Amino acid sequence: MNIITSYAHIKHHQVAVNGELIFKTEPTHSLSEFLSEAYKSLGISYPKFHKMDAQCKLGLLCTEFALQHNAFLTNAPLNKTAIILSNSASSLETDRQYQASIADKLNYFPSPTVFVYTLPNIVIGEIAIKHKLTGENAFFVAEKMDAQLLVNYAEILLNQYAEAAIVGWVDVDGDNYEAFIFLVENGEYLNKNAIFKPLNQSTVNQLYNQTSWTH
Amino acid sequence: MDALIEKLKKQIIEQLNLAEVNPDEVSADSPLFGEGLGLDSIDALELIVLLEKHYGIKIEDPKDGKVIFQSLRTMAEYIKAQGKG
Repeated sequence: MNIITSYAHIKHHQVAVNGELIFKTEPTHSLSEFLSEAYKSLGISYPKFHKMDAQCKLGLLCTEFALQHNAFLTNAPLNKTAIILSNSASSLETDRQYQASIADKLNYFPSPTVFVYTLPNIVIGEIAIKHKLTGENAFFVAEKMDAQLLVNYAEILLNQYAEAAIVGWVDVDGDNYEAFIFLVENGEYLNKNAIFKPLNQSTVNQLYNQTSWTH
Repeated sequence: MDALIEKLKKQIIEQLNLAEVNPDEVSADSPLFGEGLGLDSIDALELIVLLEKHYGIKIEDPKDGKVIFQSLRTMAEYIKAQGKG
């Protein structure tokens, strides 16, 4: 049986873990400032974070919050932990930045560190590198958070190639952003901090809509 | 030379987003890659861009970077040798 054992949701400059708001900044902060403050609140040191684009920062942070106080990666084998993510804006935000850097032919200095983030699935790579995960992965571009798509693909992997999965939605388009990540484990683990929700479309939609954001 | 090394240090920390690096702990002879600043291959490309953008120096053969980018001092010496620093 595939079970959701933790989830995190980030939007409106707020972070919720398992439905509870645990961090927020002033809405007047830029996305960059919010991400930086959220990173500091985790109390981790991962210098590579600062080099990432907004989408990778958002996806990595949301994963870290979901993993916080959770035994997920101590239970699941690294080579059998899959990552399945989706969004609607692909890598548009970083594509725009890169385009701006090459628009002026008289001041033409394309940045390699920006260019490497001009693909939507790089966020999967950053999460995999951080946690040394070598399992299957997939990234889907969809109009909106599609629970059926994510659950179906996660089930395919969990029933054949994976024992655990990091699944969700990581989307950045200008000031609009959102990340929703849930951890799935194939089987029941003695994980005192875990929630135990069956993996299905209804549950994912319920968790996605569960958080009461403050405005 | 020392002024150029300090200027390079600030430019590298800013351009490569080395937000958790304390400039005071980076010496002129610290290795830029590996144990020192811990830069990676993409950072190496960014250093090539930095030299071109700020000093007008174009490295034609990326293999030269292995010598030039050993440390802040070797970078500064290269810039001086090109008559740009």
